[in-house]
Amino acid sequence: MDIQFWTFLIVGITFSIYIGIAIWSRAGSTSEFYVAGKGVHPLANGMATAADWMSAASFISMAGIIAFLGRDGSVYLMGWTGGYVLLALLLAPYLRKFGKFTVPDFVGDRYYSSTARMVAVACALFISFTYVAGQMRGVGIVFSRFLEVDINTGVVIGMIIVLIYAVLGGMKGITYTQVAQYCVLIFAYLVPVIYISIMMTNNPIPQLGFGGTVADGSGQYLLDKLDGLHIALGFDAYTSGVRPTLDVFFITMALMVGTAGLPHVIVRFFTVPRVKDARISAGYALILIVLLYATAPAVAVFAKTNLITTINEVPYDEMPEWVSNWEATGLISFTDKNEDGIIQFHADPDINEVHVDRDIIVLANPEIAGLPNWVVGLVAAGGLAAALSTAAGLLLVISTSVSRDLIKRTLKPDISEKHELLTARFAAAGAVIFAGYFGINPPGFVAQTIAFAFGLAAASFFPAILLGIFYKRMNMQGAVSGMIVGITFTAVYIVYFAMIRPDLNTAENWLFGISPEGIGTLGMLLNMAVSIVVSRFTAPPPQEIQELVEKIRIPREIEEAVK
Amino acid sequence: MNEIYAQYWKRHLRIIGVLLFIWFLVSYGFGIIFADQLDAIRIGGFGLGFWFAQQGSMYVFVVIIFLYVVLMNRLDREFGVDEE
Repeated sequence: MDIQFWTFLIVGITFSIYIGIAIWSRAGSTSEFYVAGKGVHPLANGMATAADWMSAASFISMAGIIAFLGRDGSVYLMGWTGGYVLLALLLAPYLRKFGKFTVPDFVGDRYYSSTARMVAVACALFISFTYVAGQMRGVGIVFSRFLEVDINTGVVIGMIIVLIYAVLGGMKGITYTQVAQYCVLIFAYLVPVIYISIMMTNNPIPQLGFGGTVADGSGQYLLDKLDGLHIALGFDAYTSGVRPTLDVFFITMALMVGTAGLPHVIVRFFTVPRVKDARISAGYALILIVLLYATAPAVAVFAKTNLITTINEVPYDEMPEWVSNWEATGLISFTDKNEDGIIQFHADPDINEVHVDRDIIVLANPEIAGLPNWVVGLVAAGGLAAALSTAAGLLLVISTSVSRDLIKRTLKPDISEKHELLTARFAAAGAVIFAGYFGINPPGFVAQTIAFAFGLAAASFFPAILLGIFYKRMNMQGAVSGMIVGITFTAVYIVYFAMIRPDLNTAENWLFGISPEGIGTLGMLLNMAVSIVVSRFTAPPPQEIQELVEKIRIPREIEEAVK
Repeated sequence: MNEIYAQYWKRHLRIIGVLLFIWFLVSYGFGIIFADQLDAIRIGGFGLGFWFAQQGSMYVFVVIIFLYVVLMNRLDREFGVDEE
């Protein structure tokens, strides 16, 4: 049975499961639509958070990015996991106690102002749209690579699937589909890696295997071998970093703080029944995320070593079959510059004859390891699960922002529950179509926009929520001016280097040597500084707001216990 | 009542402070700032700084959250503000 058959079979089965779950978990009320009725078990919420968080980029591209960045790839590993510590310790439990449905809800109520609410809605919409366009594109790419349909057809199929379960089930449908999607994606990620780890290092645990010795009896450590290969080919050693320490520091911080400030992640912690559940749920989510994230650097080392030894100084005619399979997709290509019929892989672009797309590191894994065809089908289903689960989570944030924050709480407060639910469904459908449009016609700057989303989340939501909880004296004037300064500074810096003058985007032109990826950290610090200074010079927040802050700091008030 | 809340919040902040210090130390300290010096120490094929940057810090993050859960739940019970 060929790859095509297995891919259709496995993808078909997983899609039927998702739709089945959607029909079973239809949402009957706005509370079910927005926050799954606040009745999700913390472990289920952890799995849903993990699937929500791990996108097509985490599943398909991250190991490849690390393989080509080496040591410097750590910024993504630490940045996209460390944010959960901030989320668990500084945000999630208090927001759960606050007990409404969205991030703009909190910002609007805590800062007793519809201006603050509107700023928050604008940020939430911008961050989510940036992100979701990339996800729909990811769905299209996976479809086109594995099912040999056109990318645009793939995007449309993905849109229909997400439409069914997001519009029907809202947060409830999405949560339980994400639980299934997490299982599919983690299984698909781990199976090929475990095989490769055994092949290369005799160790079935990849996290230990890549620090172990090569399985050729030489007793050499795999990482030493890879460092040696790198140096021989003119690259920097794999385990040494080239980015300046300060920049690494700022990028890691921006990714961590941005992670904690992303609305589609925060909103997941509104779905559990108690404060206690929000705490443990963040722990479950992080374990499940680290399961993939700690495997990725192992994948990177295995694949990079394999790649170099398979293709460098090997005659073109003797390439293994997987290389020619993937050559057809354009993800790997050769130009025989010195016409010796032998492939040279080298740091010097004048000698190098190989172009390798980073995505091949994960996608070609099953074939590199010589695994059966059904594993290839599984990887396709895993990539789709990752892309669809993230897209659905983001679409929900968009529809909630429109129906609740914009219509119910600002424009038309007397809307009935039934109409609000209907509006939410229409908003979700509209968002899917909008996202699909950008999936088919992607803006040219998709790669930079991810940095944008994190930078904005770091410079806007995170400080506003953090100070709202931990600094009782913080008032509307402080928070609003802080958010505006933080966002404007970060947005201008990124837009300038990514879109207006990309030619100047080099270290010597950066402010203090901080790259656009890391500037969100400075934006966050600016936001905090402005917020605190402005709040000191303006009136303290009203008494009832100070009491609200007191209340969200405590899981349950003692007065209730006495009754 | 306010006195009890203030006490609770003080203990609460101390727990978060200590845990965030560990969070900062393993990632920014061991994984970034002192990574080159730590690489001199080898565990199997890993330099210690490299290991913290690509493995260790993530494991410590998980431990931090679970420690937080245990310590916080205990504190809640001690002050009678738990949700049982």
